[in-house]
Amino acid sequence: MWGRGRGSAPTDHVGVSAAATDGARVSEREQVPVGASPWALARRRLRRNTIAMVMLCVLAVIVVACLAAPIYAHHVAHTNPFRSNLDGTTVVNGKSVPVMPLSTTGLGLGSVPIGPTWDPAHFLLGADDQGRDVAARLLYGGRNSLLIGTAAALITCFFATIVGILAGFFGGLLDGVLSRLLDVVWAFPVYLLAISLSTVLLQRSFSIGPLKLQSGSLLLPILIIGVVYIPYVARPIRGEVLSLRRREFVEAAEGLGASTWRVLWSDILRNVVTTAIVFFPLMLAIDMLTEAALSFLSIGVQPPDASWGTIILDGQGLLYTRPTVAIAPGIAIAVTVLALNVLGDGVRDALDPRAKLRVFD
Amino acid sequence: MSRAGKFVVLCSVVALVVVAAGQGSTNASHRGGTLKLYAKAAGGTLDPQVNYTLEYWQLFQATYDGLLAFKKAGGNDAFTVVPDLAQNLPTPTNGGKTWVFKLRSGIKFSNGAPLTVNDVVASLRRIFKVKSPTSGTFYAGIVGAKACLAKPATCTLKGGVIGNAKANTVTINLIAPDPEFKYRLAVPHATIVPAGSPTKDAGTKPLPGTGAYYFASYDPNKQLVMKRNPNFKEWSHAAQPDGYPDQIVESYGLTVEAQVTAVENGQADWTYENVPADRLGEIGTKYASQVHVEPLTAFWYLPMNVNLPPFNNLKARQAVNYAIDRNAAVKIFGGPNLATPSCQVLPPGFPGHQDYCPYTKSPGTKWSAPDVAKAKQLVKESGTAGQKVTVYSSDDEVNKAMAVYTQSVLNEIGYKASVKPISVNIFFTYVQNTKNKVQINVQQWYQDYPAASDFLYILFGCESFHPGSDSSINFSGFCNKPINAQMHKALKLGVTNEAAANVLWAKIDRQVTDQAPMATLFSPKHLDFVSKRVGNFTFSKQFYWLVDQSWVQ
Repeated sequence: MWGRGRGSAPTDHVGVSAAATDGARVSEREQVPVGASPWALARRRLRRNTIAMVMLCVLAVIVVACLAAPIYAHHVAHTNPFRSNLDGTTVVNGKSVPVMPLSTTGLGLGSVPIGPTWDPAHFLLGADDQGRDVAARLLYGGRNSLLIGTAAALITCFFATIVGILAGFFGGLLDGVLSRLLDVVWAFPVYLLAISLSTVLLQRSFSIGPLKLQSGSLLLPILIIGVVYIPYVARPIRGEVLSLRRREFVEAAEGLGASTWRVLWSDILRNVVTTAIVFFPLMLAIDMLTEAALSFLSIGVQPPDASWGTIILDGQGLLYTRPTVAIAPGIAIAVTVLALNVLGDGVRDALDPRAKLRVFD
Repeated sequence: MSRAGKFVVLCSVVALVVVAAGQGSTNASHRGGTLKLYAKAAGGTLDPQVNYTLEYWQLFQATYDGLLAFKKAGGNDAFTVVPDLAQNLPTPTNGGKTWVFKLRSGIKFSNGAPLTVNDVVASLRRIFKVKSPTSGTFYAGIVGAKACLAKPATCTLKGGVIGNAKANTVTINLIAPDPEFKYRLAVPHATIVPAGSPTKDAGTKPLPGTGAYYFASYDPNKQLVMKRNPNFKEWSHAAQPDGYPDQIVESYGLTVEAQVTAVENGQADWTYENVPADRLGEIGTKYASQVHVEPLTAFWYLPMNVNLPPFNNLKARQAVNYAIDRNAAVKIFGGPNLATPSCQVLPPGFPGHQDYCPYTKSPGTKWSAPDVAKAKQLVKESGTAGQKVTVYSSDDEVNKAMAVYTQSVLNEIGYKASVKPISVNIFFTYVQNTKNKVQINVQQWYQDYPAASDFLYILFGCESFHPGSDSSINFSGFCNKPINAQMHKALKLGVTNEAAANVLWAKIDRQVTDQAPMATLFSPKHLDFVSKRVGNFTFSKQFYWLVDQSWVQ
């Protein structure tokens, strides 16, 4: 068993499955470098997972593109994606055309936003119902979707790890209270809970001690999504801690007089942290989907800010005439979530090749 | 006249008679069938004295009657008030304060009971007993109304409404002359229902009426069925004409997109909802013959709360008016064929309307372009730059888009704006209540009756502002004493000289516009999309499409 005491690396662990006892040993088929740390081994396994690597690259491209949103908007497309542009014009095939041309056929009813021009400098993916550049909003929206997903996943994994360790290690009354709390949260359908919280909190400012959240703040969807998923990660971690609690190395540490906190830090946390790491990309994918759903229902990211969910909502009214507005963010969400799920599987295989862990199986 | 001339005249007369007879038989052949209407959701209570939605006011025209009615006719003729259950439109006596109505004989309710003086007296009392939304405004001028408003359950309208069964007359006494009283008796809230009707909101249980149709069943989650009133005999074609379809069914639950598709495919005859923006081009080209576009006496506007920062500052309100691009708003609504930019309160063609627009690049009578530079300067001068503003709207597609556009404009001129779309079910009352501190919202007003006061006095009069109430239709909280005094003067003048009153209303319209308690966006037009089989489409400017006057076979 790894990780007792001083080692800075986590265990080659373990703990998630019943095969944990053998988890310290890697596959005989692998050529294990002598003295390699478990992290190094995990990295090595991950690098050898071609599909996971491809998905990591896809993810990296998406993240970099989204981070470059201001550069694209201001220096390439020369547009402000947060300002209505209903009377604006752009250039197509060298000619100046309105972004929201009025219908000139039949009774001349309605105006349809310009469609994709496939010209990065002039409404690459067309305009939305406010005459805003969809491509620029897609990149800005990606920043918010990724930010909310990442922050919410971090909150989920962080608090779930703490709750799971405390409940599993100390047991008794504390376990009873924490487990019932998790049960209460788990008892609500997650979307119903998230929608209820968002509907209530988005109507007014919200204070937690000195921290005051404005109704349109991005922190609100982050906190809401982060909190509602805590039971989904805390429960498996608690189970793992319950298993570790009875292991010989923990009893040995206690027998040698190690303090409770030292055991928690050195023997428990370091053995469950890999579980949290495995959960992270999977939760990130789920959180992004939840954020998209909430924003689609107008209770996530608030206008004029964009997220992929809000852009789909904007495109809903244009499905017949400009389906690109809804399809583009839909594809972005699908690709990102797919990449995160495959990468998550790769990380799980790398950290624990024998684990059977699946989120929401 | 020569013999040949006589022959020609004779032939012409014969031809006319034949054509007229043929026309009659042709129209008779259109009688029958089921007219299938669709709406996204039901319109709430079916009680004609309580419901205040266009969705059902349109249907009440064929099912209920008042003492008076707006003429069932197309165009501006629809603004004419004609006698309905009353034999004639009386000239008020006692200095304009007493109205005596003689009832027609032989009219029966759909349940077979004959119409009596008692029914009329009880119905007028019932307006107060059921707390009709307009009891405190439209009918507050009846003698005894004050006591009825204070204690609705025991309302008798003593001295205000007097029935004389022997003479078959009903006398209504007003506290003061009211030139608009005839209009108020012609809207559905003054419907006459049987005297024994419950003195509470009838909800989903239809009340018997005297119209050409009656409500046979109502399930707000499914459908509303109207059938021919077996006791109906046409007494006035102008007030309550017989209808063509045997049955009118309004179904609920389909999305607007699905409703439009159903009309295109002939599975439905009409959709109540506005056609979504992305379908306008399609129906305007492929189904142009089934589209009817009519100008409305209405306006879309942004009421600004004059009692809350930043809009308690005149310059801040004027800045918004200068900054709004009315063409952009028109585009959101569906383009210039569906709306006309405007800066003032009274819509074009309305009594008292005189073109006026100070908030444009070249101030004058018509809006031409926004003046964003001037708007920014005004915001700077007002010292309100950087303040937070929340734009409220109902959560349907067009209103939300209008709110997002307004937010963009507010951000551009220096505010920090956010948008709060609210469910359409609660929006109307939410934004009226001052406790909710609504700074600005996207709002529409469609006339109740053709009088300037229905816009200016109702929306911007001091008497329409009730702090802390859900029923405070003066969304801006605007109460300018000198302007309000002029409104009272115009109301009084209207009793004796309507033309002079309208000149005064035009002046008041300019004064209110200058004070900018709102930013007017445009005057809308109404689009009806009907199926191919719908014939004889008649659009009343008062109550829109007269559904029962169209045929489906």
